[in-house]
Amino acid sequence: MDTSLDFITIQTILESNAEKVENLIESYIDKKEQLISLLQDVQAEFNYIPQDVLIRISQKLEIPLSQVFSVATFFQAFSLKPRGRHTITVCLGTACHIKGGQRLVDKMERDYELKPGETTEDMRFSLETANCLGCCALGPVVVVDGKYESKVTPDKLDKILKKYE
Amino acid sequence: MVEQVRKLLDKRLKSIEKLEELRQALIDDKDTSRILISVCGGTGCRASGAEAVVDAFAEEIERLELQAKIEFKETGCHGFCERGPVVLIGPKKVFYQHVQPEDVPEIVAETVLQGKTIQRLLYTDPATNEEITYEPDVPFYKRQTRLILGANGEIDPTDIEQYIAAGGYSALSKALFQLTPEKIINEVTKSGLRGRGGGGFPTGRKWQSCLKAEGDIKYVLCNADEGDPGAYQDRSILEGNPHSVIEGMIIGAYAIGSNHGFIYVRNEYPLAVEHAIIALEQAMDYGFLGENILGSGFDFTITINKGGGAFVCGESSALIASLEGKIGEPKAKYVHMSEKGLWDKPSLLNNVKTWANIPLIINKGADWYSKIGTDGSKGTMIFSLVGKINNSGLVEVPMGITLREMIYDIGGGIPGGKKFKAVQTGGPSGGCIPEEYLDTPVDFDELTKLGSMMGSGGMIVMDEDNCMVDVARYFIDFLKGESCGKCVPCREGLARMSDILNRISHGEGKLEDLDAMSDLGEILSDGALCALGRSAANPVLSTLKYFRDEYLAHINDKKCPAGVCRELIEYSIDADKCTGCGVCARACSTNAITGEKREPHTINQGMCIKCGACYDSCKFDAVIKG
Amino acid sequence: MTKYWISSEKTVDIEEAEDNNAVHFSVDDKNVVVSSGQTIYEALQRQQGIGNIPALCYHPAVRPYGACRLCTVEVSEDKGKSFRFVASCLYPAREGIIVKTNTERVRNLRKGIIELLLARCPNTKIIQELAEEYGVEKPRFALGDHDCILCGLCVRACQEIIGKSAISLVNRGIYKEVAAPFYAYELGEECIGCGDCAFVCPTGAIKMGENGKPELPRVKIPYAEIGAMVSASQD
Repeated sequence: MDTSLDFITIQTILESNAEKVENLIESYIDKKEQLISLLQDVQAEFNYIPQDVLIRISQKLEIPLSQVFSVATFFQAFSLKPRGRHTITVCLGTACHIKGGQRLVDKMERDYELKPGETTEDMRFSLETANCLGCCALGPVVVVDGKYESKVTPDKLDKILKKYE
Repeated sequence: MVEQVRKLLDKRLKSIEKLEELRQALIDDKDTSRILISVCGGTGCRASGAEAVVDAFAEEIERLELQAKIEFKETGCHGFCERGPVVLIGPKKVFYQHVQPEDVPEIVAETVLQGKTIQRLLYTDPATNEEITYEPDVPFYKRQTRLILGANGEIDPTDIEQYIAAGGYSALSKALFQLTPEKIINEVTKSGLRGRGGGGFPTGRKWQSCLKAEGDIKYVLCNADEGDPGAYQDRSILEGNPHSVIEGMIIGAYAIGSNHGFIYVRNEYPLAVEHAIIALEQAMDYGFLGENILGSGFDFTITINKGGGAFVCGESSALIASLEGKIGEPKAKYVHMSEKGLWDKPSLLNNVKTWANIPLIINKGADWYSKIGTDGSKGTMIFSLVGKINNSGLVEVPMGITLREMIYDIGGGIPGGKKFKAVQTGGPSGGCIPEEYLDTPVDFDELTKLGSMMGSGGMIVMDEDNCMVDVARYFIDFLKGESCGKCVPCREGLARMSDILNRISHGEGKLEDLDAMSDLGEILSDGALCALGRSAANPVLSTLKYFRDEYLAHINDKKCPAGVCRELIEYSIDADKCTGCGVCARACSTNAITGEKREPHTINQGMCIKCGACYDSCKFDAVIKG
Repeated sequence: MTKYWISSEKTVDIEEAEDNNAVHFSVDDKNVVVSSGQTIYEALQRQQGIGNIPALCYHPAVRPYGACRLCTVEVSEDKGKSFRFVASCLYPAREGIIVKTNTERVRNLRKGIIELLLARCPNTKIIQELAEEYGVEKPRFALGDHDCILCGLCVRACQEIIGKSAISLVNRGIYKEVAAPFYAYELGEECIGCGDCAFVCPTGAIKMGENGKPELPRVKIPYAEIGAMVSASQD
C-alpha cells in the first residue's frame, strides 16, 4: 500500500470544478450515512479523491475531517492520488492465482515499471489488483478501463495494452 | 417530472388479480412459433467477447428481417463460463460454445433456419470424445438440479415481464394473501434452509428472532458482497435473475415486519449493480415495491449500496458499519443483529442465494424442499467449480452429492491428464481437502468436520502442479491485506504468519516455524474479534494437517516438489531438445539466456529471476523446471 | 501490581446490590452479584480479588473497543455445557453465566497476544512488564519498533469525550495508524491541546509536545511513508 502523499504538486480541483463539486455534495446533504456512495461518485468523476474535495465534504456534511479521511483510506476503491489515464486491474483471486495471475503483476513491474497501487511516470497507466472479479472460470482475468479480458498471458497483456495510449 | 411520467405510464398492479391477468396475457401473447436464441450476457461471457456476439446477432436478424421468426434475448449467466460465449438455440436448446461474431451468420442460416448443427461449435465430452448437441445432455448440466440458476438461461434480466411470465412474484402473492407472517416463517423453518453465505445458520430461526424483536423499525439486508475469491454465484444470480432476490426480500420483510431493505453489492460487480438497479426500478413501476404492494396494505422499498472494496465488509457487522457510512470494522456480536443491527434496529441479513431460495420454498412448500439434500443440509447449493478442472463454471446440485461426483462427473476431471491434489472449499475461511476424502458428501457439517467449510460455495480444484505451501501463503497474504486491523490477533498474527510462509517458500524456513504457525492459529481462533479473524488460520492449519510433507520439503530440503516456489526451482535448458531458435532468449527480460543461432542455449543462473517466461515460450519443451 | 486502568478500588456491599437489577453469575467458581447493565470487565473492577483480567485498550471514560483482546475470558451461557471465548470488556454480565478468567487456554491466549505485542513494541515499558508477568521471553518474530499498539484510546477520547475527533485511525490491516488528516505531522485548530489523548494512552506512544499539541506516534514499518504535509486546516 502506497501511503506516501505528495500534495505539493497536486492541482486544486476545487478551483476549476467548484460548481460541479458543490452540486454533487449538495445531493447528499442530509444523507451523511451515504458517505461511501459520495466518495464513489467523486472517485468516478475525478479519477481520484482530491484533498480539497474531501475537506469540502467534511464541511458541508458536518462530518469531522479525520473520519472522512479514515473512510477514504480504509477502502480500496478510493485513491487519494491521481490515477493514470487507463486503469489496469489484475485479478489475484484464488482461481486466477492458480492459473498464473501473479506473473502478470510481475510483468507489469518488469516491463512497465509499475507496481500495484502506483501510476506510471507519464500518467498512462495505473495498476490495481483485485481479490476476485467473479470470472473465476476464465482466469487469469485483467480489466482495462472497465473492459474485461480473459485467459490473459504475459504476451497477450502486451497486445492488449498497446491499444491504450 | 419522473413522477408525472410514472403516473402516465401507470403499470402498477394493484391486486393479485391484475398480476394474474398480466401473467396470462404475457403467456398468451407469446408467439411460440418463434425460434428462441439466447446468448449469455454474464460478466464471464462478456470477458470472452459476448457483447460483440450479441451485436452480431442483432445485426443479422435485422439484416435478414427475421424479427417475426426469431425471439432473441441476452440472458444472465448460464454457468458454464469457461465455454463462453455461450449460445442456446431453439426449444431443445442446441448448445454452442466459444461462439465468435464471425460464426453468427452461419448459425442463423444453418441452425436457426434449417435446423442443422455446426459441429465445430458443439461441446465435446473429453471422456468419450463425443460431440453433444443439446444443453440438457451436456454432462456438466446433466447432473445438476438447477432450481435457482435454471431461470438464468431463459429470461432477460432487464425485463420484469419475462420474470412474471415465467411465474415470478407468484410466491409473493401467496405470501401476502394466503399466508401470515408466522406461517411464512414456519414454512422457511420446516424447509430446513440454512444460510448460504457461509455461516449456515438456520434461516427460519433467524427470521423468528427478528419477528420477535421489539421495535417498529426493522431492516432487511441482502449480503451481495461475495468477497471469497473463486466464488461468483451471487454475481451470477444478481446479474441474471435479480427479481428472485427482490421477491425473496419482500417476503422476508413481510414476515418480520420491516418496511425498508438494503442490497449491499461489492464495488467490483458493476453489471450486477446495473441489473439490480433496473430490476428495482421496474419492480417499483409494477407495484411490487413501494406502498400498498398488490393491494395488501404492506409497504416496502429497497435501496442499493455499493461496497468500497473491502473483503471484511462481507462480515455482517462490518457490512452494517459500511451502510452507516463508517469504516468496515466488525464489532463484537454479543447482542444479536436480530435485536440491534443497522442503526441499532433489528436487522435480518441473508445472502443472495438464501434470498433466491425463498420464492421457491413458498411456492413449492417446505415438504417438497426438505426432500432435497441431506438431513442436516436441505435444498440445493450452487458451487463455483474452478481451477484445474475441465468443465469449469457454476454448478447447482442437491446437498449430499460427493466431492468426487462434483469434480469428476460434473467437472470432467483434471485437464492435461494431471493428478488431482486437493480441493479448496469455503474461500479464505475454509481449508484444503485431499484425495482420501473425495467421497465425503458435500454438506455443511461434513465439510466442517474435515477442517474446511461450505462457505459461500467456492470450490477450487488443485492438481500436482500446485504447491500447497504457496496456496497457504496466497490465502494468508490475501487475508492480511483485507484485515481491518482492529484486533491484535488478526492484524499482528496474520502479518507474522505471512512473514513465516514467505520465508518458507523462499527456502528460509525453520522447523520451529511450523509450531509457531500452529500457535498463531490458536491465537487467531480463540482471540480474534470477528469470523474473518477466527477462521483466518484455516488455510494454513488444513494444509499443515494434510500436506505436512510439502512444508517439510521446503524447510528441510529447500525444495518445492510442485515446482512453484520461485526461489526453490531452477530453470535449465535441455541441450538435446533445444533447437537454438532463440525465442526464449528474446522472452527473457534479464538477458540471462545466451547461445548461438541453431546451437543449444544456456541460462545464466545468476541472472535468472525465475519468472518462467522462457518455459512458457519454448515450443520444443526444451526448458526444464526443476 | 502492573498498572492497568481501573476506575476505582471501592467495593460494594452485597446487600446494596440485592435488588431487581441485580445480576448473579459465577467467576472462577465464585459467586458474584452486580448491578445490571455492565460488562463482565466493568463489573469485576469493583470486586476485589476476583478475576485479575489484564486489559490495554480499556478506559472507563470511553466506550469499550475490544481491540487488544487481552481481556478475553471463557464464558458459558448454558450452565457449563459449552464455553466460548469473549472479550470481557464488551460482553454483558448476564444472569447465570459462568466465567473463567484463568484457564490454561486463556493464559495461553494472553501469552500469545503479549508475544505479538512485544514483537511489535519491544522497547515499550508496559508491554515489557506484561511480558515478564506472563512469562514471555523473546518473541519468535522479527522485532518492530513501535510504541503505539493501535488500542484507539486516543482517538476515542478525542471523539467521545472532547467531541473534536482531531485524529483518527486510518488505513487498514498492518498499515493501520493513528494519524491526522492527510498524515499531517502537526495538528491544526481542530486540536484544542487538551492532552486527553496523551493521558489515556497506555504506552506513552502519543505525548504532548512543546507546542501544546500532541506528537503523533510515528509509524516505523517500511510499508508506510508519511508525506511532508502541512496541516489541512492551515489555509
